[in-house]
Amino acid sequence: MSDAVDERNLTDEEIVGDSGPAIEVRGLINAFDDHVVHDRVDLTVERGEVMGVVGGSGAGKSVLLNSIIGLREPQGGTIRVFGNDLNTASRRRWEAINRSWGVLFQQGALFSNLTVKENVAAPMFEHTNLSRAEIYELAELKIALVGLRPDAGVLKPAELSGGMRKRAGLARALALDPELLFLDEPTAGLDPIGAAAFDELIKDLSESLDLTVFMITHDLDTLYEITDRVAVLADKKVVASAPVRELETSDHPWIREYFLGPRGRAARAAAAKLTGNGARTEA
Amino acid sequence: MEKPADFSLEPATDRPTVRLSGDWTANHIGEAGRGLAATLDGLSNVTIDLAKVRRLDTAGAYAVVRAAGGQFDLEKVKARPETSRLLALVAEAVTREPVVRNEPKGFHDLTIRIGKGVVDLGHEFLDTMGFLGHLLVVVGRACVHLFTAPQRIRWPAIVTLMERAGLDAIPIVAITSFFIGAVVGLLGANMLRQFGAEVFAVELIGIAVLREFNIIITAVLLAGRSASSFAAELGSMKMNQEVDAMRVLGVDPFEALVLPRFVAMLVTIPLLTFVATLAGLSGGLAVTWSVLDLGPAFFLQRIVDNVGITHFWIALSKAPVMAAVIAGIGCRQGLEVGGDVESLGRRVTAAVVHAIFAIIMIDAAFALLYMELDL
Repeated sequence: MSDAVDERNLTDEEIVGDSGPAIEVRGLINAFDDHVVHDRVDLTVERGEVMGVVGGSGAGKSVLLNSIIGLREPQGGTIRVFGNDLNTASRRRWEAINRSWGVLFQQGALFSNLTVKENVAAPMFEHTNLSRAEIYELAELKIALVGLRPDAGVLKPAELSGGMRKRAGLARALALDPELLFLDEPTAGLDPIGAAAFDELIKDLSESLDLTVFMITHDLDTLYEITDRVAVLADKKVVASAPVRELETSDHPWIREYFLGPRGRAARAAAAKLTGNGARTEA
Repeated sequence: MEKPADFSLEPATDRPTVRLSGDWTANHIGEAGRGLAATLDGLSNVTIDLAKVRRLDTAGAYAVVRAAGGQFDLEKVKARPETSRLLALVAEAVTREPVVRNEPKGFHDLTIRIGKGVVDLGHEFLDTMGFLGHLLVVVGRACVHLFTAPQRIRWPAIVTLMERAGLDAIPIVAITSFFIGAVVGLLGANMLRQFGAEVFAVELIGIAVLREFNIIITAVLLAGRSASSFAAELGSMKMNQEVDAMRVLGVDPFEALVLPRFVAMLVTIPLLTFVATLAGLSGGLAVTWSVLDLGPAFFLQRIVDNVGITHFWIALSKAPVMAAVIAGIGCRQGLEVGGDVESLGRRVTAAVVHAIFAIIMIDAAFALLYMELDL
C-alpha cells in the first residue's frame, strides 16, 4: 500500500515513467468460449514509431486493440505500456497510463448528444483542472489542428460527413496530448482523396507531436505511406513484424497473397512512384 | 415481345440434339425446365443447342445444367460465347455441394433450449446482482462526492434527465390518474349504493388513490416511457462504441450514464406520485360530486378524517424502490445491447416488460409487508 500513497504526489509523467518500449505484449491469449483468437501473441511497439497492424477479417485485430486499451480482459499474457504491467497496475497508475493514450474508434464513436467542440472538450473536463474558457479554447485549437473548419465545432456528430467524423474523433483522441495514439481503421469508408489526406494528417501529427501510433488498417496505401513497421496477425499469432518493404519478401502464404495480390502491387507501384519523384503531392 | 421458353428434340440414333428457343429467364421459363429434364432423362450423348435462345439468365442456365444432370458437358453445347460463359459459371457453382447445417430437431432441440434457458437464467441472476452491486458502489461514491467534491457529480445530466423523464411526464401521469380515480369512484358509488352506503365511496377512492394507484400508475407509465428510452439511448450508445470511448477516456459509464438516470428517477417519482394523487382525488371528487351530489368540502373533510395521511406515506415509501427498478432495468438492458439492431429492439422490449413485471411484484410484496405491520 505504501506504493499507492507515494503515487498520489507524483505527476502522471512520473508515474508512467519512460522505461521500456511504448507497448510490449507477451504471450497474449484471447478466446471466446472455445474459439481461440490469440494464442500467445507477442508484439513490441517502440517509442515514436508508427506501427500498422494487418490481418484478415476475424484475425483478432480489434480484439488485440481492445485488450491493450483495457476494454477486454485477456485470458492470459502480459501487456506493458511504457514498462508498466497493466494487470498489476494500481488504480492511480492505471488512470495515469490511461491519460497517456488517445483512441480513435472505427466509426469515430463521438458522443452523439454533444457538439464536436463539447466532444473534444469532454476528456479535458474529466481529467484537467483548467477553466471552462481555457478548455473550449484548447478544444478549438485541436479542431483546427485536425483540419476541420472552425464552424464544424458547433455541429452535432450526426451532421458531419464520414471524413469529418473521423477528424473530430482524432481531435478528441488528441485532447489530452497523448504520447500513444490508437487508430482503428482510420481510413476505412473514406474516399481515396479523403483517405490520402487523412494519412497525411496522421503522418504530420505523429512527427510534430512525437506520437507513437498503433494503427489497425486494411489500407495498403496507408501502410506504404506512413507506417514504420507492420505487424501481421495470422494463424492466431503475430507471424511477422517488420517494415513493409521487408514483408514483401516474406514466405508466409497470407502475407504473400496480401502484398503481392493486385491491390498490393498497385499500392507498391504508387509508393515507388512517389519516392521516385522525390516529393509528395500536397493533400 | 417476350417469348416463353421452349425446346424441341431432334431424335437421331447416335447423336440426338435438343434445340432451345425463346427466353430462358426466371419469369418465362415456366414448365420448360422440368419438361427438358424429363426429355433428356434416359438419353445419352445429347447435344444442347442454345443458338436460338434469345435471353438466358442464371435461372435458365441452372435449369439447363440440372436437366442435363451429371452428363452436362460444355463441349456438347452449341451457344453464343456469352451464353457459354454463363453456363460454365453456373455449372461450376452447381457442382459445389451446398452445406447443410445439421440443426437439432424435435425433442433434442427442446432439451437444448430448456437447458440454455436455465443456464441463461442463472447468468442473468448473477449479472443483475453484479449490476446492482456496481450501482450501489457508484451511489455510495456519489454520496461521498456530494460532501467532498460536489463538482464531480454530473448535475447538468441529472437536471436534463429530470426534465425529460419527470417534468415532461406530468400531463400523462395526471390525466391517467384522473380517469383511474373517476372510474374507481363510479364503480364504488354504484356498488355501495345497493347497501345505501354510497358515502363510503369517498373512503374507497381515498385509500385506492393514496395508497396504491398514485405510485403504481406513475411507476408503470414511467416504465413504459423512461425505461424504454433509457434502454434505447444506452443501447444505441453501446452500438456506436460511445460507451467504449467513455471507458477509454477513464469515465465509468455507470457514473456518467446510469447514476444520473437513477438520481433523476429518485427525485421525480415522489413528485410525480404527488401529482398523481391530486389528479386521482380530483377524478374521484368529480364523480362523487356529480353522481352522488357530495360536495368538495365534504369529500375532502371525509378524506382527512377517515382515510388519513398514512396511506400516502406508504405509497411514497415505495418510490425509491420503483426508481431503482425503472432506472436499473432500463439502463441494464441498454448496456446489454450487442452490435446488431435486432438486439436493440429486443432489449428495449425486455426493459419495459421486466420493469412493469418487477413493479407489480414489488408492490404486492409491499402490500403483504404493510398488512403484517398493521399499517
